[in-house]
Amino acid sequence: MTTVFTPGAPHALRIGFIPLADAAALIVAVDKGFTRAQGLDVELVREISWSNVRDRLNIGQFDAAHLLAPVAVASSLGLGHVRVPILAPFSLGLNGNAITVTTALYRALAAEADGDIADPRVSAAALFRVVAARKARHQDPLTFGMTFPYSTHNYQLRFWMASAGVDPDEDIRLVVLPPPYMVESIANGHVDAFCVGAPWNSVAVDLGIAHILHFVSEILERAAEKVLAVRSDWASRHPDVLAGLLRAHAAAAAYVEDLENREEVCRILSAPNRLGVAPEVIGRTLDGRLKVAPTGELRASERYLLVGRNGAARPDPVQAAWLYAQMVRWGQAPMSAELLAAAQAVFRPDLYDGVLGAAPGRAAGEPADGIGAFAGPPFDPTDLAGHLSPWRIKRAR
Amino acid sequence: MTAEAPLKILVIDENPIRRAILDAGLRDAGFSNITLLGDTLGLLERIYAVDPDVIIIDLQNPSRDVLEQMFQVSRIVRRPIAMFVDQSDRATIEKAIDAGVSAYIVDGLKRERVRAILDMTISRFGAFERLRAELEETKSALKERKVIERAKGILMKNRGLDEEAAYHLLRRTAMSKGKRIGDIAESLVSAIDLLES
Repeated sequence: MTTVFTPGAPHALRIGFIPLADAAALIVAVDKGFTRAQGLDVELVREISWSNVRDRLNIGQFDAAHLLAPVAVASSLGLGHVRVPILAPFSLGLNGNAITVTTALYRALAAEADGDIADPRVSAAALFRVVAARKARHQDPLTFGMTFPYSTHNYQLRFWMASAGVDPDEDIRLVVLPPPYMVESIANGHVDAFCVGAPWNSVAVDLGIAHILHFVSEILERAAEKVLAVRSDWASRHPDVLAGLLRAHAAAAAYVEDLENREEVCRILSAPNRLGVAPEVIGRTLDGRLKVAPTGELRASERYLLVGRNGAARPDPVQAAWLYAQMVRWGQAPMSAELLAAAQAVFRPDLYDGVLGAAPGRAAGEPADGIGAFAGPPFDPTDLAGHLSPWRIKRAR
Repeated sequence: MTAEAPLKILVIDENPIRRAILDAGLRDAGFSNITLLGDTLGLLERIYAVDPDVIIIDLQNPSRDVLEQMFQVSRIVRRPIAMFVDQSDRATIEKAIDAGVSAYIVDGLKRERVRAILDMTISRFGAFERLRAELEETKSALKERKVIERAKGILMKNRGLDEEAAYHLLRRTAMSKGKRIGDIAESLVSAIDLLES
């Protein structure tokens, strides 16, 4: 059914989201009236699982969604589910996750650390030794929680541990846990660690039961985390609505990043029907200043979560290629030039540029390859085989 | 159903009433091997123990994402499980999601064997949703009637009206303001509560 966009009459849209800090640009776009100013009447629908968000976007119950970047790629390639071409014309956030470990595992890692444990090379090597010692004592493998098979969290954890020789499938039990269950699972000993977005890492640290081991930006400087996703057929039928949506998101992302508005943004996001957590906890995430230990020790990073800053909002096909490379590395997708091209075509900087003006070049201080991994050679999207060949641990089919 | 082994069905639903409705529906349709799960603690281990052919889960359950992982980790459950991976099942997916339910089916199972289960599940979820909507409606109608009774009482006491005149005053006011009589009664009751508190 084609609907014609008429300026003046608000166009009704339904957009799904998961209550996480990186939905900030979307939530602020709607609640601060940026979408309304574009003639859009948006109903935000809070969802409970990524599977639901994906399915409701796919079948058209949602016009757009706050979506895991790898799910947009997987859905377009038909991996693990029905193939529905999805476009990502706007990136809602880069980075923003953290790896949190129980106090017991933190102590074990610290005891094995040969250097600064905040360095992912050191922590991964320490993990290798902890895993080897557990094996020698015939203990159960450590259990790590993450949010979805096609998630940046999954790939960040795997990239980090495999770099030091820890096989994420053989040496570790890597399980999917819904984010609201993460803290409970670490408290009752069901998992030893997890990788999740805000605010769950901070909640676990505040309870005094866990340490934040890494911000994921220490593993990859730039990793596409969530995108504003729309169905490809929807985008071609509603170019004007999409343009309005992009303008509203660009305005909202700028509003979120302006420190003047920090308090207001935290207040908006903390509403019960949005994130439903204390504004102060959201503030830590946006500021990139997190309490990493129950004792109150702080760690700060300008890269913790990028919402629009440093070109973060412009979708980068190099990111899509990196995600596809991880799908190949871990056996989720076969390697083919065709699939690589299809994956890259999900991220649409051309749509972004067409509405918001041509983007400036790479921002100063950003990694030259667009990824900035802590280990391995620079990423080259035209040479995935070269990206995968140095790694001993892989499941590539 | 012919001489083939009976299908093992696992129902994961936190709502006990809907769980029971679905269980009864599936049994009526001739399925007997049904396991019901109300909570999702240690979900993977329990799925491994049951070894189901079909898993049915309500969409309000965040553990749906846990099930999705089974596409990847076929070593945890014995066989990979897939939900409607066939494009032709799109209509069924739409109906299921509208009804608020999702299903996962062991790969390789004949489509016609599970069709009856899916249809039954979708119709029972739909019936439960209608039941719930009706209940909500009844509840709010009941609440509205109570509020109107209180508002009438207030008018009778303060304006010295009889019951019928009090009701007519409420109705006239509602009509002139273009509002529902329940809303006018609600405003009056709130105002009195404020003044008297």
